[in-house]
Amino acid sequence: MIRSITKLKSEEEIFRLLEGLNRIFIIGCGTCVTLTRTGGAPEVAAMKDTLLESGKLVTGRVVVPVACDNLTSEILAEELGRIEQADALLIMTCAFGVQTVSSQLKRMVVPALDTLFIGKESGSGQFNEICTQCGTCVIGETGGICPVTVCHKGLINGPCGGTNQGRCEIDSNKDCAWTLIYNRLKELGRLDSMRKLQGPRNFLGEPTPGKYEMSES
Amino acid sequence: MISSFRNALDSGKFVVTCEVAPPKGLNLEQTGHHIDLLKDKVDAMNLTDHQSSVMRFPSIGGALLVKEMGGEPILQMTCRDRNRLALQADLLFAASRGINNVLCLTGDSVMLGDHKTAKGVFDLDSSQLVAAARTLEKGRDLGGNDLDGAPSFCAGAIVTPEANPLEPQLIKFEKKIEAGAEFIQTQAVYDLEKLKDFMDYARQFKVKILAGIILLTSAPMARFMNKNIAGVNVPQPLIDEIAGAPKGGAIAKGIEIAGRMINQIHSENICDGVHIMAIGKEELVPEIMASAGLTPAAS
Repeated sequence: MIRSITKLKSEEEIFRLLEGLNRIFIIGCGTCVTLTRTGGAPEVAAMKDTLLESGKLVTGRVVVPVACDNLTSEILAEELGRIEQADALLIMTCAFGVQTVSSQLKRMVVPALDTLFIGKESGSGQFNEICTQCGTCVIGETGGICPVTVCHKGLINGPCGGTNQGRCEIDSNKDCAWTLIYNRLKELGRLDSMRKLQGPRNFLGEPTPGKYEMSES
Repeated sequence: MISSFRNALDSGKFVVTCEVAPPKGLNLEQTGHHIDLLKDKVDAMNLTDHQSSVMRFPSIGGALLVKEMGGEPILQMTCRDRNRLALQADLLFAASRGINNVLCLTGDSVMLGDHKTAKGVFDLDSSQLVAAARTLEKGRDLGGNDLDGAPSFCAGAIVTPEANPLEPQLIKFEKKIEAGAEFIQTQAVYDLEKLKDFMDYARQFKVKILAGIILLTSAPMARFMNKNIAGVNVPQPLIDEIAGAPKGGAIAKGIEIAGRMINQIHSENICDGVHIMAIGKEELVPEIMASAGLTPAAS
């Protein structure tokens, strides 16, 4: 399953965003951020303590099941009294959740998390970015591994000079996409597809902001 | 002929190039000094392009300075900071000023440099940049539009002969040649047996290859490169040799080692030339050449 991968902002940034906002309502989410332990019930409780210690008043807190779902407003309706007492909602979900709440409640929102990427769980507690939704899928020629995403530079013609024993120049914990692709294509007997000189990429497969409307039929 | 560097490559002589780094700031005194010192001794000098992603005076400005001072520049261009419009525009500008040698690089990540949160562009890659130069030569741009006036280039690229794993690197090397690279400067090599293995393979392609030589200045510097620079492997005996130099004599030993390697590459005809990277010690290039028994290019 794909998950929205998040990380807690620094306390310094959170308190900067909350400057002048004293009454806070905290919202977590029961889905991705619960799994990554960045915005589930324990993290929301810890945030409440942090805010109280710093002299803020917490009007309430809730962990909604799926913050990005359109039903979130109905769940939050039960908390409306305590939400209305707050100067701001501190939201411990990914940016999809923050924007869902913001658009539904039309109240001041402060994200407590940074949304890093949409990730695939590749092992217990391990998530990898494997697709950045570029709109021009190239993995038919790269053994099913996306160089646009997995290569730090998004290179489509092979490794850069920074590749080092299968690792990326920016972080020895990150795989070199082109070592992965090479190994996969070799295994499949399809190295020829790596030999093809690819022309410049189309970076505007779907120009941002992406928008999709199902055609009536 | 579009450049004296291409003449040198075509002449069959043993070609020597070196690097000059533009300054961090506007003070061009040291860069100018290095250019003045080296312009008549080497066949061409590379102007690095924000090397290691550290923002500096632009490589094209350095190349113009070399030109103005009567030297032969090789304009290094990375794909890190410019999209295809800007890269093509800079290629046209370079050609308009008689800067026709271009070395096409992908470029280091901005994360390795001194502007770590900048956007890395990588609209093109190194092989596509070579192809872009060749497209401009045909009087067209990458959008397929006609140009009013077409440039000519002596275009090159790089290879890491000791990359690990090697084969993906070689596949990319072949693509660079297919895209139109006519010369290749290699990442630093220290193990000449491995260089010979690489050249046994590379000789099948119509491309001139200059072996990269980085001046070793101390044993810790050699160990640092082994640990931190991808594809650079200084063998232990060389590290021991420089570590065993008398106090204050490490650089002299480094010059001796570089000279010895260049001499062997030259005398055994292993490569078509060398690319000497003295990294901050460019004034030592003439000594390295002398130690290698090479006479200055102009003589």
